[in-house]
Amino acid sequence: MARKVRVLVAKPGLDGHDRGAKVVANALKDAGMEIIYTGLHQTPEMIAESAVQEDVDVVGLSILSGAHMTMFPRVMELMKEKGAEHIVIFGGGIIPAEDVEKLEKIGVARIFGPGTDTGDIVKFIRERFPEE
Amino acid sequence: MDRKKYNDEKKRYQETLSGCGCQDIEFTTVSGEEVGEIYTPDETEGFDYNEQLGFPGQYPYTRGVYPNMYRGRLWTQRQFAGFGTAKDTNGRYHYLLEHGQTGLSVAFDMPTIMGYDSDHKRSEGEVGRCGVAIDSLRDMEVLFDGIDLGAITTSMTINAPASILLAFYLCAGEKKGTAFDKMGGTIQNDILKEYIAQKSWIFPPEESLRIITNILAFCSDHVPRWNTISISGYHIREAGSTAIQELAFTLADGFAYVEAGIAAGLDVDKFAPRLSFFFNSHLDFFEEIVKYRAARRIWAKRMKEKYGAKNPKSLLLRFHTQTAGCTLTAQQPENNIVRTAFQAMSAVLGGTQSLHTNSMDETLALPSEKAVRIALRTQQIIAHETGVINTIDPLAGSYFIETRTNEMEEAAEAYFRKIDDLGGVVKAIDKGFFQREIQRSAYEYQKAFEAGRKVIVGLNRFKLENEEIDIPLLRIDEEVERQQKKAVQDARADRDNDKVARELERLKAAAEGTDNLMPVIIDCARCYATEGEIIDTLKGVFGEYKEPLFI
Repeated sequence: MARKVRVLVAKPGLDGHDRGAKVVANALKDAGMEIIYTGLHQTPEMIAESAVQEDVDVVGLSILSGAHMTMFPRVMELMKEKGAEHIVIFGGGIIPAEDVEKLEKIGVARIFGPGTDTGDIVKFIRERFPEE
Repeated sequence: MDRKKYNDEKKRYQETLSGCGCQDIEFTTVSGEEVGEIYTPDETEGFDYNEQLGFPGQYPYTRGVYPNMYRGRLWTQRQFAGFGTAKDTNGRYHYLLEHGQTGLSVAFDMPTIMGYDSDHKRSEGEVGRCGVAIDSLRDMEVLFDGIDLGAITTSMTINAPASILLAFYLCAGEKKGTAFDKMGGTIQNDILKEYIAQKSWIFPPEESLRIITNILAFCSDHVPRWNTISISGYHIREAGSTAIQELAFTLADGFAYVEAGIAAGLDVDKFAPRLSFFFNSHLDFFEEIVKYRAARRIWAKRMKEKYGAKNPKSLLLRFHTQTAGCTLTAQQPENNIVRTAFQAMSAVLGGTQSLHTNSMDETLALPSEKAVRIALRTQQIIAHETGVINTIDPLAGSYFIETRTNEMEEAAEAYFRKIDDLGGVVKAIDKGFFQREIQRSAYEYQKAFEAGRKVIVGLNRFKLENEEIDIPLLRIDEEVERQQKKAVQDARADRDNDKVARELERLKAAAEGTDNLMPVIIDCARCYATEGEIIDTLKGVFGEYKEPLFI
């Protein structure tokens, strides 16, 4: 049997705005993916640990508190330390365009901003992990 | 009325209508409620003016909480603001006051909201980002520098650590010579909606409710002008609920606080007059208006009939409104000015006591000075140019408005029964009831516009290709975190640390016992104990909340 693509949906930082994370998690689940949700208020260490433990293919980080320039680079660093660079990292939240550029430079595969169609996120993952 | 003529005409109308055809779209509210094409005397048959409406300022207050409403006094124009250090935000407050704003509203940063000092490991990257960083009384003194706390009212959006920020505020006023009983304002202090929607909790529910009842008791004796809980639907709605869910869950939280107060031995008529509400104003113009009208009626009835309140002030549902942040688009952000104006108009027609209008750039960053000025001007245009303040509750008596107000009330009552069946609000939270309901509604809403059943201008229709956003954005300098870390370390170095240790020890003992915590939290604040130290002391006794996880 084909292995389903495994996605960790994570909320780094202190903000509690989980609407986006949960909507995306539901949409990916409906698209047939395996979803692991971390819950709120995660540190980068907790997220990297879960990603490796759960053997996921993709990690989606949702952050709306403005701390993205601290949280994303830290998660990227930790993934490298754990030898888990093959895991695709994407993100979403209130993130200004110039920060999006910087984050993509350090290896974040894509940032989805407000107004994103969840179909685009499904497509983004499917392009990297086709079914079967 | 000539009944025969009416029946004949109605029949003729319905026949003509069915021959007219309609556009192939859904005629539903933004919450997905079906509404009719026309409302008639048939829907309001048996309508009892005295029972259902009454006069403004009279039971059941459907038409408004004051007899004169905006003829007496406009709503308070209260823009929520906070960023960077206390000094940065103090500058914004002076700016807003100079431009005619009439009340202050503090947005705190995430570490302050979650009870961490700025130099805590968990605060990294978060200091001053989405609000102002406040670590101790010292920062609070800077925040209100040059502002007379006896002359202005201040609303503070703070929940789990509300007791501490209130203590800082009271001490800051006291140091300027304003007595506790001369200060007015609001703390949000609504922890139930944190577990339900906003998710900024610290302690478990039972311990949180104990702190809240301590605040109710303390303020009714010592800070009588303070609104002790702002029972909030705003965040429930922003998390994705429908209008009915916002109404029902918020009022259910309100009832839970009243029950907690009564169970703690307080007199309902002593604390209930200082409870206030905070609602969202979303896109569906009439749905929002009927929500506010239904809210006032439900609250008044319950307070009187179920909780036996005798003081007319206990029956008044006074509320603040904020326009819906979640309706703003990052695409063509200037359109947000128009959305916000309609939402603000709903709130005013619904009889709000105070109002925050969102800025057009809030899906991109914290609002810039120009964006926030336009938002404030929107309220001023409604107040001074449109004429809507002249007549109180002008939509009353409309077949449509009254029918929908009744339907809102009935739908909320159905939710109250469900929550009772689950064993009350706290039990329903444990079971994830509210969280699931909201999550489901949020997902339905997303699917509706992704499928094109709902239109969002500029997002799924009327798009601009290759749009360049050219509005200036507020950036928070990384220097802020460094400065604030140093400030809290300096504050710890400058104070009498033995005294701080003694006061924190007293706090621990009080938390382990049953004494009111407020006086000792105030003593801790006075000697410059930091927020993080006070919270850690309480965590040691109360523990921390763990959320139920599900997708």
